[in-house]
Amino acid sequence: MRTPGPARRRVTDVNDAQLDALVSAAAEGIECDGLSVGHTGDGYRFETPDDTHTGLSESELRSVAAESPWFVSNWYHWDRSDRPDTERAFLRWLEGAEERSVPERYEALVESGIDASWGQLRIDVAPGDDGTRLYTVRHEADGDVAPAELDVLTDPLDARELVKHDDRGRYRPLKTAPTLPTGWAFVDLDGPALAETVEYVYPATIANWYLERQGDLDVNHWRETMERQSGIYGVIKTWDRGEGHEHVDWVAEACCDDSQCLKRREWEYDDDTDLAVDGGDGVFPCREPCSLVVTAARKWTKLEGERSRTYEFELTPSEKEQIETIVDAVADGEADDIREADIYEGANRYRARFLRAKRFDEEGRLCGVATDENAE
Amino acid sequence: MQALVIVAHGSHLNPDASTPTYDHADTIREAGVFDEVRTGFWKEEPSFREVLRTVESDEVYVVPLFISEGYFTEEVIPRELRLEGWDLEAWDSDGTSATHATFEAADVEKTVHYCGPVGTHDAMSDVIVRRAESVTGDPEVGEGVALAVVGHGTERNENSAKAVELHADRIDAMDRFEEVEALFMDEDPEVDDVTEFFETEDIVVVPLFVADGYHTQEDIPEDMGLTEDYRTGWETPAEVEGHRIWYAGAVGTEALTADVLIERAADAGADVGDAIEEVRRKTRNVGTAGDAGTDADAGAGAEAGD
Repeated sequence: MRTPGPARRRVTDVNDAQLDALVSAAAEGIECDGLSVGHTGDGYRFETPDDTHTGLSESELRSVAAESPWFVSNWYHWDRSDRPDTERAFLRWLEGAEERSVPERYEALVESGIDASWGQLRIDVAPGDDGTRLYTVRHEADGDVAPAELDVLTDPLDARELVKHDDRGRYRPLKTAPTLPTGWAFVDLDGPALAETVEYVYPATIANWYLERQGDLDVNHWRETMERQSGIYGVIKTWDRGEGHEHVDWVAEACCDDSQCLKRREWEYDDDTDLAVDGGDGVFPCREPCSLVVTAARKWTKLEGERSRTYEFELTPSEKEQIETIVDAVADGEADDIREADIYEGANRYRARFLRAKRFDEEGRLCGVATDENAE
Repeated sequence: MQALVIVAHGSHLNPDASTPTYDHADTIREAGVFDEVRTGFWKEEPSFREVLRTVESDEVYVVPLFISEGYFTEEVIPRELRLEGWDLEAWDSDGTSATHATFEAADVEKTVHYCGPVGTHDAMSDVIVRRAESVTGDPEVGEGVALAVVGHGTERNENSAKAVELHADRIDAMDRFEEVEALFMDEDPEVDDVTEFFETEDIVVVPLFVADGYHTQEDIPEDMGLTEDYRTGWETPAEVEGHRIWYAGAVGTEALTADVLIERAADAGADVGDAIEEVRRKTRNVGTAGDAGTDADAGAGAEAGD
């Protein structure tokens, strides 16, 4: 996909359009990633971190600028765009524009391209025509597979159907769950098309990442979010009884762990009270409990209205541990991976069926113990 | 710049719930009159809470892909979009007559023209007729044929029944079908007794729902006697008590619904050029958007009412 020869030529030449634009912008002044250009009474000034030229005529400016093609091209690409700040910041972040100098960045682009990670996406940046950028997006697990060997896509809108199901064909109700399907590549995207593709894969993540960078992320914590709910979700606020936030810790551990969602949870119990569990390491933030958390919280509010009671079950030590193993396997999404004949694994189907045959009565009750004695 | 934002229910369980929304968005996008066309969902992403921040445009036309005015259009959507100063009075509606009102959204610097739902727009009557054409395969359908418009009823919201009656009355006034009735799932006249309400042999039944789900793909077909078990599907038309019933699921999946979305925005002041005519023409031979249709599997897992 990347051919160093033509790529090198594309970004090392300055074209007339870039020079014309540079000359006309010089009067207003240019400051971009180490490039500084201006115009005073004694003529034009052209400055890079390594070189300073002053008192230039227009034709001298043109020839000096042509000798710093990467600085000119970089300015032309980033500072003349009418695209929104959000998108521009995201695209510049992908190539490390704030941390790497122009020569460092362009050398990397020309040599092997630059790759970045966004959730489970691997985004490759390559030089396009006349200093523009071409982006390729794949699942990070396909990072070593040539895009041409994957299902090649070019229309960002195709991402919507693509991300609806995981590799096992199951519906993905949460876009930022770490279950993005593999086997596809969007190629030849320009900046706006890349941002749109990312928007369909991980909706609103660029917008919220940018707000956070600007210090403007509007986090809504658990309490205020649940206070806001109405209709069948209005009941959730009754789960907060002013007796701590352990129940919300459990919710976050169940739903918001990095193994379940790639957003980094920034919401806490309330403005003054942090949850006891980690928010995760995701690059993009989660600014309030999502609809899945709210829907699950409604169910838990009802279930947690029950008082615990003491039951007596007769189990062997191995059976007790097997029940724990089964809960772990389901909670970690590993039940489907246990091999058919792996009877050493407590959550194996035959093992679970044996346990049921031995310990459940004809009504499906563990050890024949009634759930509610009074209902007997 | 002007943007159209379609807000819909979506689903945590049914992967097809968003398909009509995406399809209508694509139809409108192709018409090219909005700088951006975006979708936001109650149960999917981007959420109502965050959809506006994904929009570049300063002028945003928000159209709910919902059937009636009620809990979602009056309470949930304005709250979640953070429409500043939202007040039901702003719509000045009798229950089916909301057009639009303009607000600022608290978290973005944008002007939001908040429109009434698609289901109560007059143009929805044309979509119901178009659905009758597409399900019978007859662009002139009407003579000797009865039409039943089916709604949920008043269980949760009296405006839901009003919307159904509105369209039944409007279509009746077109003098196109032999007979037109509004029927309901949970109140009289009930859709269970559909054949009792009509003299004609052929009855087209159009459910006034935005997306296929439990009601349109399981309840209604079984209640009408099209099939014993929705999982085995049904014939179109199906013979029931000496009548032939033509039934093909939620009207909101009809491609012409895109026209109603545009008309809502146009009524609110959007510049839509000739998009209305173009979409009406282009959707003529498309029929059902998405994979809905008579696919009986499409309905599993609807989350009615939440």
